[in-house]
Amino acid sequence: KIQMSRRYDQSTTTFSPEGRLHQVEYAIEAINNAGTCVGLQCADGIVLCAERKVVSKLLAPSKTSEKTYTVDDHVVCLVAGLTSDANILINQSRLGSQRYLYKYQEPMPVEQVVKSICNYKQAYTQYGGLRPFGVAFLFAGWDRNFGYQLYQTDPSGNYSGWKATVIGQNNQAGKSILKTDYSENNSLDKNLKIAVKILLKTMDSTSPSPDRIELSTIVRNADGDIKHVTLKDAQVQKFIDEIQKEEEVEQKKSEASTGDI
Amino acid sequence: FEMDSTFGITGEGFAILAADASAARSILVFKHDQDKIVALDSHKLLVGAGTAADCVNFNEYISKNMKLYELNNDLQLTTKSAANFIRGELATALRKGPYQTNLLLAGYDSTPSSQNGSVSLYVMDYMASLSKTDYGAHGYASNFILSVMDREWRKGMNLTEVLEVAKKCIHELNTRFMISQPVFIVKLVDKDGTRVIDINNP
Repeated sequence: KIQMSRRYDQSTTTFSPEGRLHQVEYAIEAINNAGTCVGLQCADGIVLCAERKVVSKLLAPSKTSEKTYTVDDHVVCLVAGLTSDANILINQSRLGSQRYLYKYQEPMPVEQVVKSICNYKQAYTQYGGLRPFGVAFLFAGWDRNFGYQLYQTDPSGNYSGWKATVIGQNNQAGKSILKTDYSENNSLDKNLKIAVKILLKTMDSTSPSPDRIELSTIVRNADGDIKHVTLKDAQVQKFIDEIQKEEEVEQKKSEASTGDI
Repeated sequence: FEMDSTFGITGEGFAILAADASAARSILVFKHDQDKIVALDSHKLLVGAGTAADCVNFNEYISKNMKLYELNNDLQLTTKSAANFIRGELATALRKGPYQTNLLLAGYDSTPSSQNGSVSLYVMDYMASLSKTDYGAHGYASNFILSVMDREWRKGMNLTEVLEVAKKCIHELNTRFMISQPVFIVKLVDKDGTRVIDINNP
């Protein structure tokens, strides 16, 4: 970063001479150190996967997750960034969703949930001299207008819809795996495996274990209910084992082809 | 308040709303071509009976709010959510300055996945009650009209049959209702949208 930016980066409500909002950009940077979050969409549902950074073994096991949150019956989100900031925003989005349900007696369309929280975030980049929220979300849900949807939001208040995406630590590595492995026609199971594969690549751990990985799916069942199911450790371990075995086979193949005598 | 005659009937894949076209105060009739039925969007009709000012004001307020929703969200509300929104507005105003208007809402909802949509009719009164019904009416006229509809309405009627029922309702009013209301405006909503129809020549 050039030294020039120092003068214009203290306040969110000031543009730099190059027309940038440095505080917002720094907030976006903060996300890149957060635990990786992956979302993949297919015709039958959405796969969500997040890395839980376990800081210490002394931590008491938590009843709730710091990565996956339920916003409403039909919307779930993954968090990348400052947990305390995220809690405020999730409360807001839950409030907004219930207010809509009260007013219209129908679930709030997913995009509107996302839009409302993004407008809330945007206000902190323009008014009041307060810092932006250091949180990026992956919102996943289903509504009768557009079916399954996956959205990404960032501290600027921008959002975009995705078929599959990765945010947080090493997201570039994750995205390149998506480029080779992801297709819209993938089955839910295939996407589950890809999600775990991405996390194994992006986690900075030589010994991946299910307690660091939160893997879940959002599926609308035959009755029309939307179910958010978190996979058990044993199921996650199965994927880890499969992927590691496949990688061993790949490695042996490439060693053989480099022509050892 | 009770003088306006309004009613609604659902049929197979469509609904009609009918309202008398008289605008009157005490013993004087101003005009016989007052249109009390407003199209809230491409596939919804709302008719308000009661104090003229409240009816017009409330209908316009609802209509513009729904347009705003459409512009902001690139979506139309379903009939059910529109009905609940309207009822909510009546309820909020009730203990401040109530809108003196009794409403009938008819709408067609297409499902994004299939071609077969559904039609629904909601009856609301000025105290913010809400019911989904097959047919309904407001005002003094309802005393006559509901009896006729109770006897004549069946599920799955086509347009000709429903208009026959509507004609019977209007004939009953012309025969037995003290107030003369020579003109009725009838509008229809179905998968193709909303339009005015001639009760004698659909």
